[in-house]
Amino acid sequence: MQQVPEFDMSRRDILIVGAVSAAGAAAPGLASGQETVAAPVVGKVILTINGTARALEVDLRATLLDVLRETLKLTGTKKGCDHGQCGACTVIVEGRRINSCLTLAVMHDGDKVTTIEGLGTPGDLHPMQAAFVKHDGYQCGYCTPGQICSAVAVLEEIKAGVPSHVTADLNGRPKVTPDELRERMSGNICRCGAYSNIVEAIGEVAGVKA
Amino acid sequence: MKFETPATTNPIDQLKHIGKPTPRIDGPQKTTGTAPYAYERHDRAPDAAYGYVVGATIAKGRITGIDASRARAAPGVLAVVTAQNAGKLGKGEKNTARLLAGPEVEHYHQAVAVVVAETFEQARAAAGLLRVDYAPAKGAFDLAAAKGSAESPKDPPDSHVGDFDKAFATAPVKLDATYTTPDQSHAMMEPHASTAAWEDGAVTIWTANQMIDWGRSDMAATLGIPKAKVRLVSPFIGGGFGGKLFLRADALLAALGAKAAGRPVKVALTRPMMFNNTTHRPATIQRIRIGATRDGKITAIGHETWSGDLPGGGAETAAEQTKLLYAGANRLTATKLAVLDLPEGNAMRAPGEAPGLMALEIAIDEMAEKLGLDPIEFRIRNDTQVDPAKPERPFSQRQLVECLRQGADRFGWKDRNATPGRRREGRWLVGMGVAAAFRNNLTMKSGARMRLQPDGLVVVETDMTDIGTGSYTIIAQTAAETLGVPLKQVVVRLGDSSFPVSAGSGGQWGGNSSTAGVYAACMKLREVAAGKLGLDPQKAEFVDGRVRVGNDSRPLIEAARDGELVAEDFIEFGDLAKKYQQSTFGGHFVEVGVDAWTAEVRVRRMLAVCAAGRILNPTSARSQVIGAMTMGTGAALMEELVVDKRRGFFANHDLAGYEVPVHADIPHQEVVFLDEVDPVSSPMKAKGVGELGICGVGAAVANAVYNATGVRVRDYPITLDKLLDGMPAVA
Repeated sequence: MQQVPEFDMSRRDILIVGAVSAAGAAAPGLASGQETVAAPVVGKVILTINGTARALEVDLRATLLDVLRETLKLTGTKKGCDHGQCGACTVIVEGRRINSCLTLAVMHDGDKVTTIEGLGTPGDLHPMQAAFVKHDGYQCGYCTPGQICSAVAVLEEIKAGVPSHVTADLNGRPKVTPDELRERMSGNICRCGAYSNIVEAIGEVAGVKA
Repeated sequence: MKFETPATTNPIDQLKHIGKPTPRIDGPQKTTGTAPYAYERHDRAPDAAYGYVVGATIAKGRITGIDASRARAAPGVLAVVTAQNAGKLGKGEKNTARLLAGPEVEHYHQAVAVVVAETFEQARAAAGLLRVDYAPAKGAFDLAAAKGSAESPKDPPDSHVGDFDKAFATAPVKLDATYTTPDQSHAMMEPHASTAAWEDGAVTIWTANQMIDWGRSDMAATLGIPKAKVRLVSPFIGGGFGGKLFLRADALLAALGAKAAGRPVKVALTRPMMFNNTTHRPATIQRIRIGATRDGKITAIGHETWSGDLPGGGAETAAEQTKLLYAGANRLTATKLAVLDLPEGNAMRAPGEAPGLMALEIAIDEMAEKLGLDPIEFRIRNDTQVDPAKPERPFSQRQLVECLRQGADRFGWKDRNATPGRRREGRWLVGMGVAAAFRNNLTMKSGARMRLQPDGLVVVETDMTDIGTGSYTIIAQTAAETLGVPLKQVVVRLGDSSFPVSAGSGGQWGGNSSTAGVYAACMKLREVAAGKLGLDPQKAEFVDGRVRVGNDSRPLIEAARDGELVAEDFIEFGDLAKKYQQSTFGGHFVEVGVDAWTAEVRVRRMLAVCAAGRILNPTSARSQVIGAMTMGTGAALMEELVVDKRRGFFANHDLAGYEVPVHADIPHQEVVFLDEVDPVSSPMKAKGVGELGICGVGAAVANAVYNATGVRVRDYPITLDKLLDGMPAVA
């Protein structure tokens, strides 16, 4: 394609222009330079958290992560980056793992959310939690709830036949292999570097030697 | 208890609990998300408001004006604290830059304000309304450009042994090479966070801090209040690696915000602020010169290192290990420090040795190749059992050679092709690398308080921290061993400044020193308990929950029948460290595959063989080492804070831009601990391992990449762009 520098508009530029227009449209009636911050707009949602329905009024800006941690005081889900870059905030929503920092609570009306608190308790550990303890699949513990929620969902994904970047045969059923686990778990950073042990813990729950 | 002579047989040697691979006692809390971290204290500060930190957008200069009116008027806002209204603030002894800027700005993202509001969303929105005007000043941001202006810092002094210049000039085989390591970030998973609450002029701060007493002292100094009015509580810390050694802006601004708002306030740094607001491992330029005889005996070894820091800051001490690691009659080390206006440089896991060995252990590999020697053999020929500068001062233990030999056997080193670029498996060029691991063993005074409760529970209280290292567990093992009670009968309370001051977590001194302090307090409790039971404390044995002298055996719990027994003591260390050089050693072995077409590096196998005194808990010790190997792999292959040399900040300040290893980057890792007890180190006969594991591993990766490709990269990280030009031709 021939490039005409002065008229070249990248996709990024278009997105920026789009965002500015959207912001302008969302704030009618404000004279430029007279921007003020309005009182929070709240929305009503019903979230089913670990089996219990919770009717909430949430700030439209509040992430699912902050509603869990601050409103519901379920602090097992961790905030590591707030940007979807670390995975510490992983929870299971409607059966799929997501980064709860990258989604607004108001978008989840009616959804079922499973957090680390919904998997097990210190006196009654989920098999994945017990395997993490056995294999020392953690150190500081801060990424751990996210790793465990992710691991539980990963095994379900493999069972359901969802392929990954390292699945060689897209028509076959993916298997639980160390490479599959490492690939699928790569959205969950552990800076303490417990990866080798985490993969062994997940492998034990899956019934394979990792 | 004063530790002045090497330990003899003591209750720790029973090894009923110590040395066992006990799962962490805090594991059920951590894996269920019920361990409370600093920002999660709904239990202690249920009405905490939210503080949002605003950082400076210039690297150096002055704030000319702050307009907080719009922020203050925003919904939910309770307070805006800046240097204008914070009152007079001091500076902590351990801080180089001040934690709240104004009017002077010392580095990019230095905090300029905290905005406190009812909710996080309100605080964040209002923070965006703060207007700060600056008068920027010119700064120095480029280490290479500032190298010529670098001066000798107060610490460490340069060292000269023999006549280095002459020996190097006349050596038949020599190497003179320069290596660079970039600025690196701790990037721990839990952002710096604190919750503060004032009551009657005293402040309690639930925070994430590795060194409780340092943090408490510096908080008092910064606020200008007595230390007795400051309490720090830090039972769980989501990773530190040196980044949480000191009082940081989150703690100060939570305290100031809480004072201004008249209620508890919690503050967490956002991830993008962490990289420039807090400390980092400084970049280095290192020149290494080695001269040797043709049969591979080092005759001259010189290591010079340059780094930069803010005015008043310190140097990255990357040449220090070169004083001790290899023999050689003529030696030189030199450290130079330039003034840079980047964020504050400070300790990150194994400061000094980690970047120092990244360079030195490539140099040794290069030298071995020049000599036509296997790199393990070259290291063995230059082993020393004494401090090379003071031959009368032996190492307390030094099993470097054994680490390398055992590692070579286990790793299959004999299958390595000494000629680079010769082993090909499909698309992969495969190579093996080795490096020595070396880290000094430091000891620190450490205290603890023991309680024997009427219900039989033994409670340990110390301000020691557990940053993922396993302190809770090894401290419980120590108490169970010394008092002869089951592990489940021991309760460990950590990280509270109302407990006795401990060694804290840093410099890999925490495990050995803090357990030695707990041992001392347990011995004091034994005295008290035996006395209460009318038994001779000198002869009493504490076994299976009983206290026994000869045939007289009584349940320990009886000693607390009339009420709880309390005993407190600390360990302090005499001058054994002067008589003996105490260090930890290891051998790192790495196999990599390098894509023959793209030069992508994949680590395939890793092994570390370590000799680090008695291993108190092989499970948590192994985790320390694999974690360090992982961080060292990051240092070798991807980690680099990219300096914007024009505006003076780290440009890649989040976890998408600052890449750290993820699951897919790390293979199964093997760790072997050699049998070793070191009676010179402490009554525990243990040493540290948490930093040893990162020392040398980066060079082992680099040497493996060289062996795979024949491309010698001396500037970390080894990214594929640095390999591509030199890669062997592929069909």
